[in-house]
Amino acid sequence: MTIPTSSIEQVIPGQGSMAQPQRAKRRSFRFVANKKAATGLIILGVYLVLAVIGPWITPYDPGARGNDLVQPPSADHWMGTTHLGQDVFSQLLAGTRSVIFVGFFAGIVATVLSVVIGVTAGYVGGKTDEALSALSNVFLVIPALPLIIIITSTLENAEDSLIALVIGLTSWSWNARVLRAQTLSLRRRDFVEAARASGERTWRVIGFELLPNLTAVIASGFVGTVIFAVLSEITLAFIGVTSATTWNWGTILFWAQGQQALAQSAWWWFVPAGLAIAILGTALSLINFGIDEFVSPRLRSAGKTKIKTASGRTVRMRIGFTPVLDNRAQHSHATPTPVVRQEVVQ
Amino acid sequence: MKYFLQRLAFYLFTAWAAITLNFFIPRMIPGDPVQALITKYQGQLSSQAIDSLYVLFGLDKDAGLWSEYVSYWKQLFSGDLGLSFTFFPTPVSEIISNSLPWTLLLVGITTIISFFLGTGLGILAGWRRGSWTDGLLPVTTFLSSVPYFWLGIIAIYLLTGPDSFFPSSGGFDNGLVPAFDQYFIPSAIQHSLLPALTILISSVSGWILSMRNMMVTVSSEDYITVAHAKGLTDRRVAMSYAARNALLPNVSGFALSLGFIVGGTLLVEIVFSYPGVGFQLFQALGASDYPLMQGIFLIITISVLVANLLADIAYLLLDPRTRKEG
Amino acid sequence: MSQPVIEIRNLNVGYGLGDQGVRAVRDVNLTLHRGEVLGLAGESGSGKSTLAYGMTRLLAPPGVITGGEVIYHPEQGDPYDVLSLSDSQLRKFRWNETAIVFQGAMNSLNPVHKIATQLTDVLKAHEPKMSETQRNARAREMLKLVGIAPDRMDAYPHQLSGGMRQRVMIGMALILQPQVVIMDEPTTALDVVMQRQILGQLIELRERLGFSVIFITHDLSLLVEFSNRIAIMYGGRIVEEAPASAIYRDALHPYSKGLLGSFPALKGPRRELTGIPGSPPDLKGMPSGCSFHPRCPKAFDPCGSEIPMLENRPDNRSVACWLVNS
Repeated sequence: MTIPTSSIEQVIPGQGSMAQPQRAKRRSFRFVANKKAATGLIILGVYLVLAVIGPWITPYDPGARGNDLVQPPSADHWMGTTHLGQDVFSQLLAGTRSVIFVGFFAGIVATVLSVVIGVTAGYVGGKTDEALSALSNVFLVIPALPLIIIITSTLENAEDSLIALVIGLTSWSWNARVLRAQTLSLRRRDFVEAARASGERTWRVIGFELLPNLTAVIASGFVGTVIFAVLSEITLAFIGVTSATTWNWGTILFWAQGQQALAQSAWWWFVPAGLAIAILGTALSLINFGIDEFVSPRLRSAGKTKIKTASGRTVRMRIGFTPVLDNRAQHSHATPTPVVRQEVVQ
Repeated sequence: MKYFLQRLAFYLFTAWAAITLNFFIPRMIPGDPVQALITKYQGQLSSQAIDSLYVLFGLDKDAGLWSEYVSYWKQLFSGDLGLSFTFFPTPVSEIISNSLPWTLLLVGITTIISFFLGTGLGILAGWRRGSWTDGLLPVTTFLSSVPYFWLGIIAIYLLTGPDSFFPSSGGFDNGLVPAFDQYFIPSAIQHSLLPALTILISSVSGWILSMRNMMVTVSSEDYITVAHAKGLTDRRVAMSYAARNALLPNVSGFALSLGFIVGGTLLVEIVFSYPGVGFQLFQALGASDYPLMQGIFLIITISVLVANLLADIAYLLLDPRTRKEG
Repeated sequence: MSQPVIEIRNLNVGYGLGDQGVRAVRDVNLTLHRGEVLGLAGESGSGKSTLAYGMTRLLAPPGVITGGEVIYHPEQGDPYDVLSLSDSQLRKFRWNETAIVFQGAMNSLNPVHKIATQLTDVLKAHEPKMSETQRNARAREMLKLVGIAPDRMDAYPHQLSGGMRQRVMIGMALILQPQVVIMDEPTTALDVVMQRQILGQLIELRERLGFSVIFITHDLSLLVEFSNRIAIMYGGRIVEEAPASAIYRDALHPYSKGLLGSFPALKGPRRELTGIPGSPPDLKGMPSGCSFHPRCPKAFDPCGSEIPMLENRPDNRSVACWLVNS
């Protein structure tokens, strides 16, 4: 519903139904025109800004104790206070940086790994492919979160960057798998075959022919990993594996859970952090839906299943039953329905 | 059959990789908490138990890495996962065998229900685009972004209380002894409802979304048009042609994402203090109970591998193209 | 000639509506007579497939039928408009009266069901009184008819070659003995030998069973050989309609001549291949006047401004061209 100019040409039989790789560049700016992606990007932008300025604009020191213990939201404390009188809003603001940092750092680590492993496996093929595929499949089926928990629990008071590294190193496999499949199919396309046949060096073919056409897949994998990394970091903090003194949203939940916030009905203590996670996750998912619809136009027309005719009636688009517009009725008045059996007969 | 054997070989290989990983991780532990424990319980530990801990944690500086590795395997095959620190001197294997059934029942059943429910709703949403099912999509997107454990906290906050039907923690009423009788089983079911609901709500949305997208993709295949042209009923086209084909990638997706799902569901146990392996893992973490952590990671991994193998067999039965010609 | 089976009257088919809509089939009038093979030719984008899918209401979204009638004359009873049928009436009509053999044999068969299932589910839907044994016997009979060993009933589509799959499709199309079979590029995916073998077989079956055929292809030489009459489409309109031999001997429209010059003839004297300069028009920006005029070697004054109408000529053919129509 958002990219009308291109949706028509994608569905007319006999014309190309997939995005032409050569046109990837020209079309890329249209991605932002996708409503879902735009919404997601705007929300993500807000989070990014807060990640930078958050720790500076907190009304209180997030760790500073106060005299108002476990108070509901008020003008002084927008999101109430903790058992030590700390300001929840300040903790939330201060925690944004760590969450975004770990999410993006882990995302970058995992994306770089997945590109290197996935593209190499798909492009080189043979024994290398078999070995790398086996490696990514092993990492795929081993439950990632328990593995991350086990590893980080052996590291005492790990820094954010170390945690991000562990998450990144254990969560690249899904993307590597997707990228390998995409590379395999791209490698058989004419323009890649041509570049190979004309003696282009491997790194040039990969860098200039393959990677530009894998952008959407890589981006979508990156966004997916960021979601996973954010959830993992928060989980680690929540179960108390990582340091409880550097603030992130999981730390807030850790204290809330540990100090019986539930039993005290202190909803303001755990609701904001959870919502912050959920909204960030939703924003990232929206970006990924945008990418999906951008890559496969079949998903795109989802919103356009009902159309209005000139006479104001709505007609539903259905597979297998092409709508017949009602203004046809006026037409059949002109040629009355009793059918005359003669035509241009021989 | 060949396909099946290939998969089996792969899972054996993965199990080997996971166990080897499990062998090396403890060797990275800084300091020596194990040595400290051994010293603490000097008088109560049998020499055999000390040996087993040495092998598990690589404290035996005299032995080479390889011989440690060999004895580690020997120990695994005899079912010895070491002794738990928290519940000293209970063997880890005993703790796990007590908590594993809880997890298998809760997570296993809920995951399967979630898959079928989500797939069913996804079929509806994908087939009848533009109907009320489209309204599910924004809600499901939001729900799938919520951490499982947070949803559990909210569920406890909103639905439990002194007068509520739902208990807020535990796996059964205090004062009951686990047994298959008319007192224990209803109590266990009552305690599992809320955790199950939490897992269901947060995991079902993923299946709805993926099945819907597969339905949309499959709907434009030629054989769907043929099915319509044949004048088959809408139901037959939707189920036997569209959904039947859309199911295939969803089943393989199910197998592949089990590792992710299980990780999240274990946390629900923590929030609800449910006596499964997730909660045990949480307690082990709090007490730096390394043998128990190692054992739980191992058992989770192996369970996921077995579940994967089952999903592969389902796929084998669903897709004739993977069967051997004959 | 004999009675009409299908009369298409002023059919208009488009993609999308309003500002973004395009018209793919414009004011098409076409009659299929009982027992005849009517060829429909044109380049890709000429609207020939859209016409075929539009008249059966099988066009995928965003296809819309914006006007016209498709009058069907059953063997017994009064003629009716296919486009006015309700969903359930249309389901009954489909395959019973008109069957379709689709473009590309690869994807027309459902990959997860056996050939037998796909042949018999038609019978299940249309002949509910048949027993399973009867259905299987009928399916076996159809396979024999198209030259496939009946023991292939239990094969899956991926176990058959492309030619065999297309034969299965033809057998499936004839299973209810329809009056009309629409074939949309039925043999493009096959090699030349297989193409002619299958078409030859189909023509022979037509003589035996007495159905009519609408044969859609871009390959005019195939049409000249296998059809009675040919209609040539360009830019969504029929530009020429005439007996096959007349088109071959002396095509009136410059576009028909161009098309004929693009393919080597299978029979008759050798000709020079010429082709048509330029490319088919964009549906979004159809040229004014005769849509072929930018590519037409003989375009003159009125061509760019006025649309030529399809006019009947005394020699039983019709053409839409200012050169011929005065």
